[in-house]
Amino acid sequence: MAEKVKKQKGAITLSNGQVIVPKRKSTWQYMVQHKWLYFLLLPGFIYFIMFRYIPMGGLVIAFKEYSPFKGMWASPWVGFGQFQKFFSNNDFMKLLTNTLGISLLQLIFYFPAPIILSLFLNEVRHNGYKRVVQTLVYIPHFVSWVIVASLTYQLFNVTDGVFNVIYRAISGGQSFDILQKSSAFWGLIVGQDIWRETGYGTIVFLAALSGVDQELYEAARVDGAGRWRLMWHITLPAIRGTIVMMLIMRVGSILNTGYEQIFLMRNDLNLARAEVFDTYIYTKGIRSGMYSFSSAAGMFKSVVGMIMVITADRVAKAFGESGLY
Amino acid sequence: MAKEHKVKEGAKVRKSTGDRIVDVIIYVVLGLIALSTVLPFLYVLAGSFATEKELTEKSFFIIPSVWSINAYRYAIETANILRGLKNSVLLTALGTFCCMVFSLTFAYPLSKSHFRGRNWLMNMVIFTMLFGGGMIPSYLVFQAYGLLDSWWALILPGLINPFNMIIIKKFFQGLPVELDEASYMDGANDLQIFAKVALPLSKPVIASISLFYGVGFWNDYFNSMIYLSTPEKYPIQIQLRSIILLSSKVSDTVLDYDMFGAPPDKAVKMACTVIATVPILIVYPFVQKYFTKGVMVGAVKG
Repeated sequence: MAEKVKKQKGAITLSNGQVIVPKRKSTWQYMVQHKWLYFLLLPGFIYFIMFRYIPMGGLVIAFKEYSPFKGMWASPWVGFGQFQKFFSNNDFMKLLTNTLGISLLQLIFYFPAPIILSLFLNEVRHNGYKRVVQTLVYIPHFVSWVIVASLTYQLFNVTDGVFNVIYRAISGGQSFDILQKSSAFWGLIVGQDIWRETGYGTIVFLAALSGVDQELYEAARVDGAGRWRLMWHITLPAIRGTIVMMLIMRVGSILNTGYEQIFLMRNDLNLARAEVFDTYIYTKGIRSGMYSFSSAAGMFKSVVGMIMVITADRVAKAFGESGLY
Repeated sequence: MAKEHKVKEGAKVRKSTGDRIVDVIIYVVLGLIALSTVLPFLYVLAGSFATEKELTEKSFFIIPSVWSINAYRYAIETANILRGLKNSVLLTALGTFCCMVFSLTFAYPLSKSHFRGRNWLMNMVIFTMLFGGGMIPSYLVFQAYGLLDSWWALILPGLINPFNMIIIKKFFQGLPVELDEASYMDGANDLQIFAKVALPLSKPVIASISLFYGVGFWNDYFNSMIYLSTPEKYPIQIQLRSIILLSSKVSDTVLDYDMFGAPPDKAVKMACTVIATVPILIVYPFVQKYFTKGVMVGAVKG
């Protein structure tokens, strides 16, 4: 009997030979004792099932020819037919070009912007000035895309927008219609992103920087390090982990250009450069009723996104960064 | 930001002239950046109080020479902007409340290290951050739930944002364990501890996450456009969008142009923009100190 007890997990043998086995409650006992915790969890759990997992199940229609009259289950299976139709479609290359074009521009111009702004803010010694600047640059993040679009129209329209008034004065009467020129569309989108999100994006980097021991700077300065060397050897290493983390997330969302912003800025004239996966799924799915086809397009996007995040995370870990999970 | 050291500049290391020039450049550039974020707002604010005549004559100004509230009068009388405003206030309040109830109650059990099923549930949550049903399957499922043309279609699908939930969970994890132990001694159960001990201590995270959810509801345009079809239910963003596009050349077949009658003029567009922006800007200073904290907690992984 005693020998049996000794083998139990977590058993402690006291100096007098007595064996104590701390009781681990059975799961049932635990659940009864903490029934209120499970009670609290229940609404959220039901939410995740009903509004996150059941829609995932709805992806079966990507492998079917969905008909609203037959419903999700009775519609006939078509295997990968919808995917084939999507990839062989002429629109596919256009969508890929536009989506990647915007994403790459974002990666080059929009991604580094908050990092640079954080480095600038980090150089400011005057606290009041720093706080005022921070307060102001966070504001655009909180206004809606509709308002950003509205401001853009008012500032850049050809008739009386300030931009074109100035442009005409410089160029001698010529206008530059950013809003309706398809060649300007990618730049317009990335420009709006930079204006809206750069300030807010600094928060994570400044948070990482606030953890840096100021004596490091002091010591380096005494050793004769200049501004650039301080930045290179102290500031940048301090935010490297954060940069990598943000980069993983950005790479993971390379096919997510967002619906709202692009939808608000596109029009008949710039459509050639403005149709991306997200807007295409909406147009084909909800407006034209091609539910199965656009579900396949959406699933392609989600799967690629997931693979990108996981790959980027692995790569980051291989390079010794801590990654996302 | 938070901790600022006191370095006696120049005491140990004297700044060179080059350094000073760089300093000046940094201050000026930062000033310009800050200015560029607020100038568009100031211009629209000024324009909304200006006369149409001034708006067509001058291309840019910050203070109107003649003040007028005609644009606001027109916006309120003809553009249904008050109805949109009322809808948005109600939707934001209701939506934020529901989201907070679901997020707080879900995060609390997960914050307990002894909670059985914790890892399994966290994986379930994290998977939804990586993969989802996407727009069309979700739309069809919510249609089957009978949510079309209802505010619930805007509220229910987003009840728990995984990022926000994790921020709340981390905050709960930071509360001292001794509080739990002491409460158990006093005979309290988990529900009582949650309501009477944990929640009152969580005001900062409740404030910042409410702001995140609230801003999301206030700013939402796309979901309202997909799911709502009755104009009486439209939030302000939908109305703002249609007002702004009324006289621009951009085509849009979703919205009903006849709804608002004659195209409003420039000042009216500006007035409507101001009306839709101001509520956010009023709330902003009160919660700013909380949201920086909230985002920072979220930035530290674990």
